[in-house]
Amino acid sequence: MKRVAVIVFPGSNCDAETLAAARAAGSDAYFVWHHDADLRQADVVILPGGFSYGDYLRSGAIARFSKVMAAVTAHARAGGPVLGICNGFQILCEAGLLPGGLMRNARLRFLSRPAWVRVDQTDSPFTCLYEKGEVLEIPIAHGDGRYVVDPRTAAELEATGRVVWRYVRDNPNGSTNDIAGIVNAGRNVLGIMPHPERRMRAVVGTGDGDGDDGARVFHSMEARHATQHAVDVRAVDDRHLRV
Amino acid sequence: MSAFRVEVRVMPRGTLLDPQGQAVEHALHALGFGDVARVRMGKHLVLDLNAGSRDEALARARAMCDRLLANPVTEDYDLVVDGDASR
Repeated sequence: MKRVAVIVFPGSNCDAETLAAARAAGSDAYFVWHHDADLRQADVVILPGGFSYGDYLRSGAIARFSKVMAAVTAHARAGGPVLGICNGFQILCEAGLLPGGLMRNARLRFLSRPAWVRVDQTDSPFTCLYEKGEVLEIPIAHGDGRYVVDPRTAAELEATGRVVWRYVRDNPNGSTNDIAGIVNAGRNVLGIMPHPERRMRAVVGTGDGDGDDGARVFHSMEARHATQHAVDVRAVDDRHLRV
Repeated sequence: MSAFRVEVRVMPRGTLLDPQGQAVEHALHALGFGDVARVRMGKHLVLDLNAGSRDEALARARAMCDRLLANPVTEDYDLVVDGDASR
């Protein structure tokens, strides 16, 4: 059982579902208020979706300076798993824990609808239970989802297999290279725009017809190889390899 | 110490898509302002701050931009102190 800290900022609005999703996957999940400096021995940190600080100035720009972010940054730098969903992804980019940034959707409209993403990488603590190439239906809900990054960094992300999820069928927001989610160089910090907590039957579903494509994000985190190890270790075929 | 007014102009990077600017450009064209070749849209912040000199005010404002007011990945900024444009 992993201890999972779900950070709550003023304006977070997916915190309850995210906590429920982590608990449904078997985690010992709890909230940490943005003003706390202590993550209470978290194994995993999740920055949930929402509109922290009203998205004033830029999405995530003010949240990144909140007190808890010093602890989140220290946890991430030590190789601890961090997941940023939607606004959490924006905060991770603003904090410099992930490269690039998220700008206004190319067609300006706020989008709240299903999106389809292909799993391009499974080598991360939050995607290890997916199959490479699998296409998932997971909702998006964002106005600032266009991932932008300089061409050199984009090439590096591609070359090093750090694009984890990529939009297929259509690119809803004009994101560079159809990017929907990326992982940092240490592969312990993941940012995704779609909301897996909204596609987990145990949390929001009532019947078999309801999708469950987001569930394995949380089950991956609980799985034994969810790498809460130093950045130079990879889980490959049930073994940990030093790379 | 004296009071300085620093105006900060934050613009999306020139190479990046600016859908807000484009929407305004299209609206202007629709209204008959076909002479508008391109519109880009950014933010304008006005700071009143105390500093020992104009240079110090500028340096402080630049530090604020680098840390918070502009995102160097996606935006560029210009500063104007009490009417004097400087970078």
